[in-house]
Amino acid sequence: MISSEELKMLRKEALDARIKLIREIASFGSGHIGGSMSIMETLVYLYYHEMRIDPSRPDWKERDRLVLSKGHSGPALYAILAKKGYFDESLLSTLNKGGTSLPSHVDMTKTPGIDFTAGSLGQGISAAVGIALAQRVQHMDGSRTFAIVGDGESQEGEVWEAAEVAGALKLSNLIAFTDLNGQQLDDYTDNIIPMHHLRERYETFGWQAVDVMNGHDYEEIAKAVALAGKDDRPTMIILHTVKSFGYIPGENIKNNHSMSITAEGADDAIEMLNKREGGAM
Amino acid sequence: MKELIEYKNYRDALIAAIADLAREHQDIVFLDADVSSCIGSTAFQKEFPDRFFNVGIAEANMAAMAGGMASAGLTPFIHSFGVFASRRMYDQLFLSVGYTLQTVHVIGSDPGIVAQYNGGTHMPFEDIALMRQIPDMVVYEPSDARSLCSLVKQVYDNGVLSYLRTPRKGISFRYPESVEIRLGKAITAREGSDVAIIATGVHMMNQAMLAADSLAQKGISARVIDLHTIRPLDTETVEKAARETGRIIVCENGRYPGGTGEMIAAHILRAGIPCRADFVNVGDRYGEVGPLDYLARSFDLTAENIAAKAEKLM
Repeated sequence: MISSEELKMLRKEALDARIKLIREIASFGSGHIGGSMSIMETLVYLYYHEMRIDPSRPDWKERDRLVLSKGHSGPALYAILAKKGYFDESLLSTLNKGGTSLPSHVDMTKTPGIDFTAGSLGQGISAAVGIALAQRVQHMDGSRTFAIVGDGESQEGEVWEAAEVAGALKLSNLIAFTDLNGQQLDDYTDNIIPMHHLRERYETFGWQAVDVMNGHDYEEIAKAVALAGKDDRPTMIILHTVKSFGYIPGENIKNNHSMSITAEGADDAIEMLNKREGGAM
Repeated sequence: MKELIEYKNYRDALIAAIADLAREHQDIVFLDADVSSCIGSTAFQKEFPDRFFNVGIAEANMAAMAGGMASAGLTPFIHSFGVFASRRMYDQLFLSVGYTLQTVHVIGSDPGIVAQYNGGTHMPFEDIALMRQIPDMVVYEPSDARSLCSLVKQVYDNGVLSYLRTPRKGISFRYPESVEIRLGKAITAREGSDVAIIATGVHMMNQAMLAADSLAQKGISARVIDLHTIRPLDTETVEKAARETGRIIVCENGRYPGGTGEMIAAHILRAGIPCRADFVNVGDRYGEVGPLDYLARSFDLTAENIAAKAEKLM
């Protein structure tokens, strides 16, 4: 479990990553801030606590891998990878600019530390199933594959093709998350295709599935991850999150999938965030 | 594998060739989407149970999975019928294999009218055009068992993603050991000076050779070129044929737009070679059900059509 010092460290890193993310998106002027913010605690938890990685060897074959299947949340992962030393933090201000190594959607051929490309929704989780299977075929017994899927993304049929195969192959080294932030590009998920009963759906597909009722709480995330790999099932952790959590101007509004952020707007948002986090910490 | 002559079907020779590779290379795995018994990959499964996965009737997932497996150090061969191996998994092949620069070898069985009794729903006419849109993808369609087995081993050594069009059933032995089979290098199966018939795959090569025989009886000397590797195009052989004969006929068991004929026409035009040309293909139609000879007549993929078009160019 997580010690109180570590909890403090994780919160500090997440706050710093959120500030970097706001600046990163403001440097371009707009971006997918909503779904980037909602998975920040999960990314911090994975990269600062859980995953077996070595930033100096991004191609280390036996590493744990992460597939960000909701590839548009790349800017959040870039902030984390920069902080972990995969590349220089100054690159964050090149997001989406011509010739950048940080495109809007994650690209393994461009960015050190990105384990698989995503952007055409539904494909990343299939690739993650393939990676987990490849780890098994090559007897990489300590290696695990993590994946993060969107709730809107889960409307893609391919997600369920991947789910049925992962269940059938008993890929216990696959640990996936669904970012259940309740919103997709056009509207609230409930107003388009409701994504209810995900836990039951995954369970019937042969997964171990667990709801994390506060997807921004490290202890809840840690408890859920600790369940993984205990039997022969893959694990799905359903994160109940708030879209845009931490970019306060975007919280609890309808159209927060991709938003414009000016330099001044970024200053204001960071001030608001610091005030709220300072109070909380 | 056994002596090639002992095989009765292309599929068995193909799977034996891949098994040969797999014995030597631990990175090779095979994925199938519930048509394993149709291509005979069950033989691969028997020998390599830990490296074979029947991932069910979910072709799109299979392709993206294969991309993931390749990124983690494996080299997947994946199979389905040509329509599913192209249209059904196209975005996954494009992005999770092509765009990610991964190496996956796709086997699309029963090209064009070879799908016969599975009918129009199972008849891939547009797969060549689709695969040509994926940068660097090798597209090949051998015309006999020896070139099939040789080329599948060469695409593995080549290390670039590939798409194979091959019949499953029947077998033919066109080339003796003395004929060099080289990926990317077309075979001049018959010399000739009046017209060059450029053909891809078993059915069109069979028809092209028959057409050359009948043209010879009319005093027309037809060269026949087996374009087993559609992409990358063997520009040297094609240009030489266009220059030396001044007349070419490109024959394919598929559609013209984006296909072999259009590719060669564009190349000849760009190279500035004065040359007359005509094309044999399925036209602007969907597939239909029936035996091969009926379908060949229905779609004009016949020796008679090739010969008639050649005569018109004279």
